[in-house]
Amino acid sequence: MGVKVRIPTPLQKLTGNQAEVICGGSTVRDLIEGLEGQYPGLKERIYDEAGKLRRFVNIYVNEEDIRFLEGDGTSVKDGDEVSIVPAIAGG
Amino acid sequence: MKTPFKNDQIRRYSRHILLPEVGGAGQRKLLEGKVLLIGSGGLGSPCAFYLAAAGVGTLGLVDDDVVDLSNLQRQILHFTADVGRPKVESAREKLEALNPDIRVITHKDRMTSETIMDVIKHYDVIVDGSDNFPTRYLVNDACVLSGKPFSHGGIFRFDGQLMTILPKQGPCYRCLFPEPPPPGLIPSCQEAGILGVVAGTIGVAQATEVLKLLLGIGAPLVGRLLIYDALEMRFRTVKVPRNLECAVCGDHPTITELIDYEHFCGLGGDTHG
Repeated sequence: MGVKVRIPTPLQKLTGNQAEVICGGSTVRDLIEGLEGQYPGLKERIYDEAGKLRRFVNIYVNEEDIRFLEGDGTSVKDGDEVSIVPAIAGG
Repeated sequence: MKTPFKNDQIRRYSRHILLPEVGGAGQRKLLEGKVLLIGSGGLGSPCAFYLAAAGVGTLGLVDDDVVDLSNLQRQILHFTADVGRPKVESAREKLEALNPDIRVITHKDRMTSETIMDVIKHYDVIVDGSDNFPTRYLVNDACVLSGKPFSHGGIFRFDGQLMTILPKQGPCYRCLFPEPPPPGLIPSCQEAGILGVVAGTIGVAQATEVLKLLLGIGAPLVGRLLIYDALEMRFRTVKVPRNLECAVCGDHPTITELIDYEHFCGLGGDTHG
């Protein structure tokens, strides 16, 4: 079953144009490490050089922003939906 | 004593006036409403068009750009013969032709930390339909510092985002995304493309939020981010808590003056796309 991760359009070129990937892990950090293994380059789009979550990319577990939970230590379980949502500026 | 509606106003706005939530009193609020649109492009065009049709009495338009042929696939206020004309002039002409009741004020200018406060103070609600991060953060900070409600809308390829900000009552754009990305990390519309109609969906949703605020009806999109995926035709909302440590609207703000971030998104020409 695993956790469904929604990949935003700008990052889909790293996932072979997939908008959704299924991943395993018990925290958001695990998920992203797992994704990086399958789709190299994804992690650096989410974390900065200092290893902190970038401030213009949000991660939601279901409807909740992990910055207001336990950051990338936020736990996830099978059936959760995780969304990666970058800021967009077009108008 | 308020001036009564003229007969043609009663007919023009009859489908509004029929709504118990609007009525004559609500329509009068719209006619007295003052809305500033930052950007007369993809988002600003459909938003301004519907606000004009709705009879919002004063519309301010901010854009320093001229119409380009590549704009016409989504910027519906501009026609083929307008290529090369200032966007605010082209937009004003269409809006006044649609509804002679309204007054359109044009600002052929780019907002900066020096100018924005003096412009927004004349308006009730602000619509951010700009196309670059520096302007978006400037609009957010200026609206928070002056307590002006505003509608945030953003589009990219097949995606849209929407949020309404009521300063201090709910989260601001910096509560959602604390800082803009550094130059070059996120491609702009010119580089990445945009399905034109996505601008319509989000721009019209912004107009809807503005009308609700002016009328004082319904529940504004405060504390929630609407995420639109056109390819899957899916609308989702996620929760946006107010960040008590927000640099501009938190309990101990560190931003007390406006910032001009380096403009990096425009590749020349299309500045308020």
